[in-house]
This record gives sequence, structure tokens and C-alpha cells, in this order.
Amino acid sequence: MPTVVWIDEQGKVVRPPDVAYGNNDFIEFHGLDCAPHLEALERWVRDDQLPFDPQDVGKKVRPPTEEEQLARTEFALAWHLHQTGSKDAAKAHFLRAAEIAPFDWTVRRAALPILGIDPMMSQEFFDMFEELRAAGGTKYHED
Amino acid sequence: MTQTELTILDCGEPKSVRGAFDGESLFLAPDELEKALGWQLKPEGLCRDAVCVPVADRTALVREGSIDLTRFAECIGRPLVSEPAAAAAALGESAAARSQKLRSLDAPDFTLPDLNGKQHSLSDFRGKKVLLVAYASW
Repeated sequence: MPTVVWIDEQGKVVRPPDVAYGNNDFIEFHGLDCAPHLEALERWVRDDQLPFDPQDVGKKVRPPTEEEQLARTEFALAWHLHQTGSKDAAKAHFLRAAEIAPFDWTVRRAALPILGIDPMMSQEFFDMFEELRAAGGTKYHED
Repeated sequence: MTQTELTILDCGEPKSVRGAFDGESLFLAPDELEKALGWQLKPEGLCRDAVCVPVADRTALVREGSIDLTRFAECIGRPLVSEPAAAAAALGESAAARSQKLRSLDAPDFTLPDLNGKQHSLSDFRGKKVLLVAYASW
């Protein structure tokens, strides 16, 4: 999932993190046409046309839940344990993070390659993808 | 409780500290808490810099002169997880603090190397529009 952020000349985010693609190579998988984003990007670069009213940008940022922050803390500990050689303990905390935030794509998918699981073509990945899709998915992009 | 060398990740930053696990609970002496995390236990509560958080039940927070980190984390509203067997714990960021940062819309500065090893910071591009693209090259 390529994630894009637009940052203006003063270091302010004018378009919060959003999924956007540079082409339509995988559109059958993700369903996102690249054109609207590329056209909006050109309008911003050439004409200073902002994608959102500056007063509304902050409202587009979804605040994290306490569970998501706990899951990220579990993930941070798991990564530390993995790097320092406590692989079994790390695995337990990666799995705990996924239990706490089962619909956090980043937490769950990022753990896959660390645990030695192919994050692209493995059955574990496809099972996870179907589970998230069946639950309505996690909204990562602006409509 | 046997004191040992521990690692506490403070929002991901590792801090070395002496403390003791009692089961899943981690205890630090007050001076170790201040050294590692910058918090002090004062009469008015738990304090760091100009911020003081009242402590409703001081007897639950302090045991045998050491601070129960689980209670400490509850007091300051941050998530805490631990792995006693590896002498490690992690103190995360609260949802409220992260929300405040996100809603400020200030892009946090960071520095990363390019393919030639040259370091680049986001702040190097101040004065220009930046399209930041992040993806994983699985």
C-alpha cells in the first residue's frame, strides 16, 4: 500500500496520509484509480490548488484508539526483542499486537516478514486479507 | 526483589535502567525512574518538567520504596507492556498525545539515507512542496 502525504512549503501537512498509486497495474486488487490523485497533485504543484480546505484537513485525520496505541507498543517491544535475539518472546508480542488491533493492517502485515511469512503470496497473507475485507476493511484512503 | 539491568523503550527509544520484575510487574527506584523517563514523584504527584499528574493512591504506586511501573503508566495515561524473561518493557504514547500531534498537522522531521548513503532530512526541503511516498518493498 503506497501511502502519500502532501507537505507544504512551511512543513504543514495539507493532505494527510492516504493510499495512492502511480499507475493502475494492480487496480484489480485494490480498486483505486490512480488518475484522481495524479490530477489533484498536478493542480497543487502547478496552481497551488489545495485538495482540501485547510480548516478541514485536521478533521480528516482519524485519531488512534487506546487499543491501537497499545498494539503499537506491543509491536515496538516485539521488534526490540526480535532485534536482540529473543525471537520466541518477540513472536508472542507480535501476535498479541495483532490480537489487540486485528484490523490494523500495518501492525499485522508488518509482522509477517519478521516472522518469516511471505507478506505478498502466502496463504497467511491471503487469509488475513480476506478476514479484513469480510470485516469491511480498514479505510486507508479518501474517497 | 532482585535488581537487574533492564531496557525500557520510551516511545521506541531504548533506555537502560536498573529495576526489578515481580511477576509481570516492573519496579524502579525513584531515581531510576527519573533517570530513564524524566518523571519524579513529588508531594503534588508525578511530575516531569512543568507537568504534574495527581496520584490518587500513592500506596498502590509505591511499594517498598520502588515505583510500580504499571501503576505509573496508568497514572500518566500511557500503555505499558513488558517481557520479564528478556528484562525489557515498552512505554508507548497515549492515544490522546498521538491525536494531538496528528491534528497539529506539523510534519515531524526525520532523517533517512538515500541509496548512496547520503542523509536527507525532511526539513532540508522547507520552502518547497513535498510529496512523501512511503511503501514497503516486500
